[in-house]
Amino acid sequence: MKYLSGSASIEFFPDRCTGCGMCIEVCPHNVFIMLDGKASVHDRDSCMECGACANNCAFNALSVAKGVGCATAIINSMLYGGEPSCDCNSGGKKNGCC
Amino acid sequence: MTDNKKNIFELKFKSTENNRAEERSCDCSGSPVKLDVISRPAEPCCRPSIVDRPNWAEAVLTTTAGPVIKASTNLTLSDYWDHFKCRTTSYRNNCKIAPGLYAVGSPDKSSEVLVSANYKYSFDLLRRELHGINAWILVLDTKGINVWCAAGKGTFGTDELIKRISSVCLEMLVDHRRIIVPQLGAVGISAFRIKQATGFRVIFGPVYAKDIPAFILARYKATKNMRQIQFDLIDRFVLTPMEIRPAMRIFLLYAAIVLLIFGLDPSGIIFKDALIGGLPFLILGLSSIMAGSFITPILLPFIPFRSFAVKGWLTGLISTFVAGNFIAQYTQQNVLLSIVECIFFPVASSYLALQFTGSTTFTGMSGVKKELKIAVPIYLSAGTVSVVLLMLFKLYAWNVI
Repeated sequence: MKYLSGSASIEFFPDRCTGCGMCIEVCPHNVFIMLDGKASVHDRDSCMECGACANNCAFNALSVAKGVGCATAIINSMLYGGEPSCDCNSGGKKNGCC
Repeated sequence: MTDNKKNIFELKFKSTENNRAEERSCDCSGSPVKLDVISRPAEPCCRPSIVDRPNWAEAVLTTTAGPVIKASTNLTLSDYWDHFKCRTTSYRNNCKIAPGLYAVGSPDKSSEVLVSANYKYSFDLLRRELHGINAWILVLDTKGINVWCAAGKGTFGTDELIKRISSVCLEMLVDHRRIIVPQLGAVGISAFRIKQATGFRVIFGPVYAKDIPAFILARYKATKNMRQIQFDLIDRFVLTPMEIRPAMRIFLLYAAIVLLIFGLDPSGIIFKDALIGGLPFLILGLSSIMAGSFITPILLPFIPFRSFAVKGWLTGLISTFVAGNFIAQYTQQNVLLSIVECIFFPVASSYLALQFTGSTTFTGMSGVKKELKIAVPIYLSAGTVSVVLLMLFKLYAWNVI
């Protein structure tokens, strides 16, 4: 299953990549492959912007506008302000998802 | 094994209950904390004594770094009942265990350390898969949220793991310097920062707890399958109660408004009109909840188009058609009302289906924002048009126009 084509915000800077393979290890959707000793974005449309790769790249070779892909959270953040979050237990705050 | 016995000796609860507690101070994490510790002469203590004994605890182990609850690897009916409630009710908002260190089997200084969240469901799935394995489980304080969601939010995060490693004195408990973190935790945990701060090397384990034994056996090598998240029929099915629940809450409000509108008459509220006129709208409302919150998630990969709003609109269109045909057998619908039905209910289903983006394993924020940008104006217009047409219908019915 894939989501909308061409919307993922992932950016890769090959010149900073050392080919450590960490992004390949943490990506839950096999977005990356190793190509000539460096990572390469192989399946951009499968990226769900979880941000695991950027968080674990010690060389800043990746950037993702990380966020929750949740309509309820985004609608609530539009209505009540704040960043969309999966925060179900936030009590008074309304920018969560449920 | 003899080393193990020297370091760790098991104390059954009954025997510890009579032991006199003594107060000791602990300076593990820099600031001395006063603790109650069971009378065994454990080395520097880092954890408070175990006050609440969960019903899944088999025993308390006394370790070089203080007492540790040994968790059973067998789930009981009561655990499964907890899981059911987590899937269907607001019980999940308070389904947590105390953060800290736990054990399964008889771990020693060479045993693996597995990191988990303090959502009881997550912890239960992990301990169930560790049957026959001796390991430590380091539970982070994720406020009762599962690993992936908590990692997204940052509570299953680098800072919390660093803090927890130090507060349980992990370096005293094990000889090695590696910890296994679930792969989905990588969203919040940065392996190189953990290494810099604590000296522990983070090994990202498989996505699913069931693969952990094979992963450890293969000397921390994950197959491609272990690294990839699935979203099969059962995964989607178990998520639907939490889609239907909030939808039904809206439905109650909707039902009250529908009955009021149809019952409203210049002379007052006519209950007969409310029921007879409102019933088709109630049935259609329920059918769009079924379409958007149940059928769309279940048939997700088989419904054409990638957009959830479009998928939901399509199933909503079909369900409105089916339910509309059923209603037409019993009553003759007004043309204006039929138009409202065709506009409103597929759109309602589309809205509900869009909410499922929050439960999937593959939708990203940029994509959902893109959908919302187009869908929200359509929802608002469809809602406005429906209300205007309903008002026209009422004015006709009252012979005003």
